[in-house]
Parts: sequence; structure tokens; C-alpha cells
Amino acid sequence: MIRKQIDLLKKPFAKGSKFERFAPAVNAFDTFLFVPNHTTKKGAHIRDAVDLKRTMVTVIIALIPALIYGTYNTGYQYYTQTDEAFTFMDAFIHGSFKILPMIAVSYGVGLAIEFAFAVYRGHEVNEGYLVTGLLIPMIMPVDIPLWMVGLSVAFAVFIAKEAFGGTGMNILNPALTARAFAFFAYPTYMSGNKVWVSEASNVDGISGETILGSLASGVSVDYSMFEMFSGAIPGSIAETSTLWVLVGGAILIFTGVGSWRIMLGGVIGAAFMGYMFNLWGANNLMQFDWYSHLIVGGFAFGIVFMATDPVSAAQTNRGKWIYGILVGILCILIRVFNPAYPEGVMLAILLMNVFAPTIDHYVVQSNVNRRLKRKQNSTTVQTAQL
Amino acid sequence: MSIDIKIRKGLNLSLKGAASNTLKTVPMSTCFAINPTDFHGVFPKLVCKEGAYVQVGQTLFFSKYQDSVQFVSPVSGTVKEIKRGAKRKVLEIVVVADKKQQSVKHKLPALDKVAPNQVKEFLLVSGNWPFIKQRPYDIVANPNVTPKAIFVSAFATAPLSAQYDVVLEGQQDAFQTGIDMLSKLSPNLHLSVGAEESSQIAQTKNCTIHRVKGPHPAGNVGVQIHHIDPINSGETVWVVGAEDVANIGRFFQTGVFDASRTLAVVGHPLSTPCYFKTKVGASLAPILKDVGAENLANLRVINGDVLTGTATLSAGYLGYYNNTVSVLPEGDRYRMFGWLPFAGPNIHSISNTSLSWLFPKRQYTPDTNLNGEERALVVTGEMERVFPMDIYPMQLLKACMANDIEKMEQLGIYEVAPEDFALIDYANSSKIEAQAIIRDALDLMYKEVG
Repeated sequence: MIRKQIDLLKKPFAKGSKFERFAPAVNAFDTFLFVPNHTTKKGAHIRDAVDLKRTMVTVIIALIPALIYGTYNTGYQYYTQTDEAFTFMDAFIHGSFKILPMIAVSYGVGLAIEFAFAVYRGHEVNEGYLVTGLLIPMIMPVDIPLWMVGLSVAFAVFIAKEAFGGTGMNILNPALTARAFAFFAYPTYMSGNKVWVSEASNVDGISGETILGSLASGVSVDYSMFEMFSGAIPGSIAETSTLWVLVGGAILIFTGVGSWRIMLGGVIGAAFMGYMFNLWGANNLMQFDWYSHLIVGGFAFGIVFMATDPVSAAQTNRGKWIYGILVGILCILIRVFNPAYPEGVMLAILLMNVFAPTIDHYVVQSNVNRRLKRKQNSTTVQTAQL
Repeated sequence: MSIDIKIRKGLNLSLKGAASNTLKTVPMSTCFAINPTDFHGVFPKLVCKEGAYVQVGQTLFFSKYQDSVQFVSPVSGTVKEIKRGAKRKVLEIVVVADKKQQSVKHKLPALDKVAPNQVKEFLLVSGNWPFIKQRPYDIVANPNVTPKAIFVSAFATAPLSAQYDVVLEGQQDAFQTGIDMLSKLSPNLHLSVGAEESSQIAQTKNCTIHRVKGPHPAGNVGVQIHHIDPINSGETVWVVGAEDVANIGRFFQTGVFDASRTLAVVGHPLSTPCYFKTKVGASLAPILKDVGAENLANLRVINGDVLTGTATLSAGYLGYYNNTVSVLPEGDRYRMFGWLPFAGPNIHSISNTSLSWLFPKRQYTPDTNLNGEERALVVTGEMERVFPMDIYPMQLLKACMANDIEKMEQLGIYEVAPEDFALIDYANSSKIEAQAIIRDALDLMYKEVG
């Protein structure tokens, strides 16, 4: 029934028809409703049930726990700082009013550009942006103006993704590029203590300093381990709750969509570096317990959802270990040594994105060398026989 | 001597519709066809004409660029039709078989007195040569090259494919003769059998026997070569199908070309999937009728197994190298929200985004739906899971897509054949056609380097 209606609607977009050029845009909506009736034309005649759409939607499912908690935490931070009485629903609704418009802007701007490029290039719309578009609002400070979200999204999709050839070709993680753009283009908005809690810039009583921000400015932290772990702390929208990020991470690892090698490598790297600095212990940040480093700031969120982006991460299994460990080490290094920007995970991942192809190159090269060596050995055997 | 190879990566697809162990003989009075496109890269020069009478083993055509390689008729009878396609490309040479079969008889010396160069000579003259294929490039072997080894796989792991204990039943003697003869062409003759193989095949002499254990593609000869004696650039190995070894053996025993085929006709839409004894190139129609596929609509008949075969018509002919014909329902249907994770548990997936891991014992009934659309390569690591070679499959595929010859060489293009990438076709979430990419790349390499 519905199928017939759609087929009727799609008629003007068929091959040779008037609006053929816009077929990718229409197909994107159609395939969202129905898995198409395409059959195998060459190669294997049967195919696995998994496709890119399913893979990407799995990531979105994994993001939802952190998103829901982030929404609640937005309200929670606002009400606790203003000392108002509130219920769970109050906090959640307050957060929704802040966050839903950001998600709408992110998807609206990003998908519009993606669709335009798909039509222009004549290929189908790839599903990658479904994840990126949700990630971007989740890693922004809650009080960021919507136009900044839109501009960051446009920059990320144009420069980080489509300029390199679209989905699957980008060097940098698009979501983090959006975050980095916002950070470097509008530093006054994106740092300090006024953006991390909702309405902080309008209400004087609110001080929304993040934990890492306080540490960098030499103030000691008065949050308990449990608060840091559960996420009842100021920070970017969805990054605060290590607990719910771990739930998402568990979903990614179980379904095999996210690489456990990168995640584990990242934790090992960060723990090692944090421990080294604990031994040194020259200032507040260095004395900050290594295990606390793992649960504050965006480390957990970054290592679970950002570093594991398969396109911008290392692609070989051994490369994934190296990449993950280096992300962890660099994250703590940047946190401790860079007073201007106490959150290191964004820059650590972006930096390693740039080096991921190099890591892969050396991993693959070792395979190539093994093959060359094997050839040399076999030629020596042959000459010996002669 | 027995050497064990253990393969860990890969996937045994459990599908409904395997052949029962009953063996039927198809009546000889059907059409046979030789399809020159089965011999990849061979440019046929026709010798026969429409309406002419040919005997078993009489040349139908030879290879334009290697004229010693002859392709002969599997049966005697009249050449009914030479089907041509675009640019007059020869598609099929159809021969209607006679009731009484007449054969070209070759005079052979006693078996123990055949010299190595005579073996080659007889194989070429008799039309047995196309049974031998070579790696790299996965084409009919070049008779002017001396291979470093010959490989025979008597271990079938592809889904629903013919099992060699049934195929070689009663042919052990011919098989041994075939091995004896082939071992004269190269002293390094390797025979792979399944780890649990108990038939006489595992006792074959004059060759090194390897017991192979593991999921598909452990039975692929390319995977076995990679673990036994990998191909370096500049080297050539030959591979022969297990039943073709027996065919070669029978030729040396009798002097008559014999292209017997024990064929498994499989697929879950069939009422009685089973084995048939026939010849190469047999018309599929009577066979399909026998297994109950005749009244079924919207089916795909596949010459070969479901992963590597080529689609053919139900009025088509058995391919030269195939011992499996698979029948699947076409999957040209829509599934509403079928892309949601965990939707459609009756469609198998190696990814845990499906619930099929909950039913490890289930036999699946797949169709030919693509289950998605082609997309950019995004997910990493999924190809490696089903590719048991020390090669980076995604990097190699990318080099192939970019036609980067140097890189393909470095990454091991010489060691692979399209069939080794069949499971990658199956499992990758971007739905890229890995086998087709590798085939094109091998053709390019052959043109530029070969």
C-alpha cells in the first residue's frame, strides 16, 4: 500500500524523467522507509543483513543514553546552581528546550549540505552524517548560540568532509572539526566559566567552571568521584557522564561497530600518562589522580565515540592499538601542559586523525616487507638448488 | 606425510537445501554446451562449424594466443548452434549428444613409461589442458611456464557446495593415476583434504597431503597455497580441481577424453536437492526438472556456489569448472524499516547488529536481496574477519580500485583469486563488489605485467 504510493511519487525522479538529477535526495527518504528491492548483480549472490544504515543507527542508539543524561544534567546544573527546587522532569524539560533546537539546527544544516552534494555528484546520500549530526550538539557547551552551531556544522561538512570527497574519504573526524572550529573561531564563547551551565551568562549567581578548568587555574575540585563518574558536573552536553558513555561503549563493542582496540588502547595510554604525572606531581593538574583523569572532561566520550570513527582512525588492527594508546597519552599531555585549553581529548584525537594514515602506512609496510623478504628467501633457495 | 593447516578466520554459512547423498545419472540424450567465457582471458578461434559432427575429445576451438591449448567436445554429436553475442563474441557452442558415443582415441605408452614432457604433450593434444588453471591471475595455465608447485584441493567449504567424498566415490583409482601423472609435471604436488577426511583420498600417494581445518574459505585452494607455499611475484603455481584430476587419470588409463562431472544441485527452494553424474557443459533444464525447480517462479539459477557462481538461465548449461548448481529465490522485495538494528532475525549476519548470533544452529534460507545499497567504505576490520591470509584485504581492494599496479603487487595481488574475496562480498557493510574489483585488477595486471 504505502509502497505503491511511494513508487507513484518517485515516478518523476526515475531515469530519463524530468527530475532525474534529484533522485539521490528522494532515494534517501525512500530507503529510510524501506530496504530497497535491489538484488545482487555480480559477485556473491547472497549478502549479509548488515549495511551502512544499520551500522550508523547502531551508533545513534549507543549515543542515546549519554544524550538523555546530558539533557537531564543541563537542567540539573541550572537548577542546583540557582538553588531552585526541581523534579527530574523539570530538569529534563529545561535541558530539552536547550538541546533539541541544537540538534535540529545541526541536522538541518548538515543534511542540507549532504543532500546538495549527493545531487551534485550524482551518488546516493551516505548515512555517515546521521551520527555526525547528533555528535556535534552533544559535544558543544550548552549555552552556545544556535547560529554558531550552524556555522560550525557547515564548516565541518564542507571543509572536513566534502572537500576530501565525502563519506569515507575524510582525514579528520567531522564532529570534532566542528567543535574545534567553534573553539578556535569563538574562543570567548567557548572557554571560561560562562558557557558550561545553561543560562550562566545571563544569571550572575551561576559559576559553571569545569573541573579541568578549575584545575588549570589552580583551584582544587570539590566534586566527589561518584559525581564525576555519574556526570553531575558542568561540561559539554553529553560528555559529563562516564557511566552512560560506558553504556554506549558497551553497545558499540558488543555489536562490533566500535573498535574495542582503540577504546582499550586509549584507556591504557591515558592511565599510563596520568600515572607518570602523578609520580611527578608538580602542580594541581599533575597531582590529579590518574583514574580521575579517565572520568572527567570529554575523555570517555571522545575515546568511545570520536576516536573510534572508523574513517578517521587507523584502519589496521595493529594500527588501532597504536592509535588508541597515542590518543590517550596525548590527551593527558595536552591537559597537563596546555593551560589555555585544559580539555585535551579533542586536540589529541584530531592530531592522531592526521597521523592515522601514517601509522597504517607503517603497519601495512611491515606486511609488504615480509612479502619481499619471503621472495628473497625463496630466490636464494632456488639459486642454491641450481 | 601429513601436515595440518588450521584456519581461524572465516565463516561457515549454514544454509538450508544441501544435497542429500543420493547420486542420480542424467540421461545422455541432452544438449551440451561449451562456453568460452568460462575460460577467463581465452580468445577462442573456432575449429568446428554449425551442423558438423564431432566426437568426444574433438577440438571445438583453441586459444588464439596459445594455440597449443585446445578445447574439446565433452560428447559426440552434432554442433547444433554457435551462439554469438555483441561484436560476434562466441558465447556458446551447443552440441546435441548422440545415442552412441564416439571418441577420439589417443595411443598412449604404458603409464610408468610416460616422460614428463609427454604428459604435457598428451594433456594439450587431448584437450585435458584447460583442467589446469594457474595462479596468479586465475586463468587457464600457460603451458610454456614451469610451475613451482601444483595444488589440488579435495576439501569443499563453500556453502552448500559438492562434497568431495561423494564426488570422488568410485573414482579413487583414476584420481591416483591423475596424481601420478601430474606429479611428473612438478615434483611439488600438494593435495589438501579436510581434517576429518577418512576416505581413500587421504591415502593418495605421490603427493604431499595437507589436512586442513577451519571454516570457509579454508577449502579455497588459494588460502591453502598461502599457508603451504605462498606465491611470490614472478612465480607460478598450477591448480587442478579434484574431479578433474580423476578425469586426467581416466584419460591416461583409457586414452579417451573424459569430462565427467559429479554435480550437486542445491538450494532451499528445491524439493529434492541431490547429486547427479553428468558431463561438463550439460544442459541444466532436465536436471532442474528432476529436483523440482521447474514450476517455481522467480528463481535464480547459479552456476557454482552461492558466493562465487555466475547467474545463468534455467535453460542454461553447466559451467566448465563447476560441480555445484545453486538455486535461490530472487530477493526483489522491499522490507519496511529492514535497516533497523536487530530487525529481520531470519537474515543471517556476522555482525552483532543482527540477532542471528542467538541461533547458531539455524539453517538460513537466503534470497538474492542486497540488503542495502552500495556505499563508501566506512567500517574497518570486517573484511579481515573473513579473510584468512596475511594480506590486508581493504588496502589491497583500494589499490585495485585505484589501478595502482605497484601497490597491488606489494600488497599481494599475485596470491589472491576473486573467489577468496567472496566472503568479503558477503560480509562488508558497504556492499562493494570485491570479487569484481579483484577480477578487473587481475586482468589489468595480466595485461601490464603477465
